[in-house]
Amino acid sequence: MTDKGAPLLALDKVETRIGPYHILHGVDLVVPEGGATMLLGRNGAGKTTTARTVMALWRASAGSITFGGRDITREDAPTIARLGVGYVPESMGIFSDLTVAENLRLAAISGHLDPKRLDVIFSAFPAIKRFWLGRAGTLSGGQKQMLSIARAIVEPRRLLIIDEPTKGLAPAIIANMIGVFRDLKATGVTILMIEQNFALARAIGDTVAVMEDGRIVHHGSMAELADDDALQRRLLGLSMSAHQ
Amino acid sequence: MSNPVTAPTTSDIPRQPLDWLPVALPLMVAIAAFPLVGNPWTWLTLTVAGLAMGMIIFMVSSGLMLVFGLMDVLNFGHGAFIALGAYVGLAVLMPLTPWVEATSVLLNSAVFALALCAGVIVAGVVGFVFDRLLIQPVYGNHLKQILMTTGGLIIVEQLIRAIWGSETVSFNLPASLRGSWLLGEAAVERYRIVALGIGSAVFLGLLLVLTRTRIGLMIRAGVENREMLEAMGYRTRHLFVGVFVVGAMLAGLGGVMWGLYLQNFTASIGAQINVLIFIVIIIGGLGSTTGCLIGALLVGLTSNYVGFAAPKIALFSNILLMLLILLWRPQGLYRVVDR
Repeated sequence: MTDKGAPLLALDKVETRIGPYHILHGVDLVVPEGGATMLLGRNGAGKTTTARTVMALWRASAGSITFGGRDITREDAPTIARLGVGYVPESMGIFSDLTVAENLRLAAISGHLDPKRLDVIFSAFPAIKRFWLGRAGTLSGGQKQMLSIARAIVEPRRLLIIDEPTKGLAPAIIANMIGVFRDLKATGVTILMIEQNFALARAIGDTVAVMEDGRIVHHGSMAELADDDALQRRLLGLSMSAHQ
Repeated sequence: MSNPVTAPTTSDIPRQPLDWLPVALPLMVAIAAFPLVGNPWTWLTLTVAGLAMGMIIFMVSSGLMLVFGLMDVLNFGHGAFIALGAYVGLAVLMPLTPWVEATSVLLNSAVFALALCAGVIVAGVVGFVFDRLLIQPVYGNHLKQILMTTGGLIIVEQLIRAIWGSETVSFNLPASLRGSWLLGEAAVERYRIVALGIGSAVFLGLLLVLTRTRIGLMIRAGVENREMLEAMGYRTRHLFVGVFVVGAMLAGLGGVMWGLYLQNFTASIGAQINVLIFIVIIIGGLGSTTGCLIGALLVGLTSNYVGFAAPKIALFSNILLMLLILLWRPQGLYRVVDR
């Protein structure tokens, strides 16, 4: 059951340290259920650390994280994944020695692939079907990204955390991705996406959070940010005209 | 939404063709050795002996192939499980001497199977304790792994000495496994044929589990990117404990077989073969089951041929073999894990 607009994921004053480095300095972030929240910010702002902290791949040293009303701050990554959180890391995390089919079979925790979901994946990413029995390591960068996203949606998820899915991809592939993410949103899944490409962020996002130096410095609707050139320049150091 | 489709069965990407050259290497070595040996019956005897020795070496090495090759745990204590297997096998065979000496194939097979099972179980249990006490605290740190596992090997060896004594122990094979079959003028020992059969079964079993089962998929994926596997919902800690225990069990099985092959050994039986096992794994390529088997067969064949034709260089033959293979393929015959 989805309660559109109610927070699905909430971070409250989350701090993360990696070795001697203090990366997150009290992140407050709310991801409403049923939409796409874009996490923007310059390189090194702490976006990827935030995603990894939610997934428990790095531990929050202070603050709390709740998912669907449940405190997951001290849970481990497998538990969080089994609560219905799909994760697409920046590095894609493809198992290159396994075939495309094996990558997807492994991503299906239930142990079997749902033909209907497979159909959706094949429609969105025809390359997945074409290279089904090929080793994932032989795929191109764009195809690996498609496989990484396909893995995250091979079973129903409540939340998808996607870290820079368009990094290094050709414009034609990015245009295809926008369509895929819109279709995904239409299925009711909640998306938290880290993205540097503002055109894509504007096309998909409902809400936006901007990070700087390990803190959320702006939180609001995407439409509001897209309409305010001055705000964009102040927060992101960019103007919409450069991304039309 | 379009109609549901089933998973495709073909791929536009051509499957990587199997690299046959390493598979053909043992055959090439055997053919090359023929003129050196001269007599065809002697050559046949040496070849079967070499293959059987290779199979037993594969059995003792396959556990470390999983633990070092796949899990990246530099386990210098692997020999402890081999020694345990050999002594536990002995502990089963000695009190059941009437079954060992009986002329009944059934009783001989039963006592042999009991020895194998006991060796596997004890090595597995000790492997579990070994993993909890010595491996997990130093996971990811090679230097500490060497120190801890070497210490573990010494402790197990001393415990064996305390229980079974320091002297060389000797025992007989079950009656049906003694002696040879004659093929022309070639003598083929029965036990070596049994070793070939058991080794082949271990190889096929490992290959099937790693490539055809979900557990195998998880192991292969976890070796490449453990963090991603956890982010997909799998607990890798339990998985890797299981792999270590299976590695120890395989060493226990190999230990029983190696002990029966030698028939005379001391508590150092495991430590003595440790270096040879690392040579086999390095020749085969990290994490490759097929590479491990071919490496072991090459070591077995080379040892027998060189021991016969040029005994003076027999001590160096394995090092020389490893050197030649690494000059040809610096990553070993087959590489599964990039490290």
